Amino acid sequence: MKRGIAGSLESNDALITVKESDALKITVKSIVYDFFHKQIEKVILDTLQELGYDKIEVVCEDKGALDYTIKARLTVAIARMEASE
Amino acid sequence: MRRSLLFIPGNNPAMLQNCDVFESDAVILDLEDAVSVTEKDAARALVSGYLKSLTEVPPMEIIVRINGLDTEYYEHDLEAIVSDKIDTVMLPKATVEYLNVLDKLLSKAEKAKDMQKRISVIPIVELAVSVLQIEEIVKCPRVNGVLLGAEDLSGDLGVMRTKQGNEILYPRMRLAYACAAYKIDAIDTPFTDTNDNQGLKEDCRFVNNLGFNAKAAIHPNQVPVINEVFVPERKSIEWALRVEEAARQASLKGLGVFGLDGKMVDKPVITRAQNILEKARKYKLI
Repeated sequence: MKRGIAGSLESNDALITVKESDALKITVKSIVYDFFHKQIEKVILDTLQELGYDKIEVVCEDKGALDYTIKARLTVAIARMEASE
Repeated sequence: MRRSLLFIPGNNPAMLQNCDVFESDAVILDLEDAVSVTEKDAARALVSGYLKSLTEVPPMEIIVRINGLDTEYYEHDLEAIVSDKIDTVMLPKATVEYLNVLDKLLSKAEKAKDMQKRISVIPIVELAVSVLQIEEIVKCPRVNGVLLGAEDLSGDLGVMRTKQGNEILYPRMRLAYACAAYKIDAIDTPFTDTNDNQGLKEDCRFVNNLGFNAKAAIHPNQVPVINEVFVPERKSIEWALRVEEAARQASLKGLGVFGLDGKMVDKPVITRAQNILEKARKYKLI
């Protein structure tokens, strides 16, 4: 199964892991989960839609990343997944 | 006219999102040496995302250091970052040949993106051949400043870097003269000991006296030191104000040359005073 990882667990970053899947599954773990998990999920969903993915597994371990950081990490994780053997 | 240019690692979200608070005249979003080979794609995407997120013109110049034209990364870098959101591209290991190629690539990208802004270029002189080409480098299209890169240059020479910096005296002097001749910024190499701000201050004063007007920083703590040194001192500003006023009075009397404090003041002295006041006004010191 192809997978890709991007980002880190440093402050203000997010570690995003994506895997091929036959369904859409998004898991968000965040230090600001109570306040921002809906916003983080929205950024992930919008990015997936922009990239044309509706069946994929995404795990986002957020350390207070801004929206553009989450989007950048997800985009790179998917590119790395596609490039993996 | 810059004083301080702060390097920000391109793959560091915390530094990137706070880069407008360090009070440097410019930030250099770094896709090159601060980013490992395995993270080039991530840094490029992050910097691109940061630039797109800017909704207001930031208080500092935005410079992006791309990877060199001798690498496989530079075309992807330019594709990701060329936009109205950046002011300047910094080119490592610059030569006249590479600068001409970069000019064509930027022109093509600006046209394709229908940009209103013309992006400037700061070449990094960090090869022995670049030191020898400096008189041509300063004349290349878009170049409005040159950064000396002492670490790579020392490697190219096969000598050790020292705090004293005798090994880079010749390139420093060549660069200062070439930049002065074409009225562009002479930007000194970073001071790499981030725990020695007294040494940084002495280094800044030394290169300021050689003709440099700016210095790159690798830590936010270096910015206030650099900003303080690369502006005129209070006594210079006071002298320049007195020269300005005396010149005004002399002009009313039709005099081109006059005396002040027992010393002759003529056009070169007046010009020097005007340059001091221009810088002092720019940085709101008067």
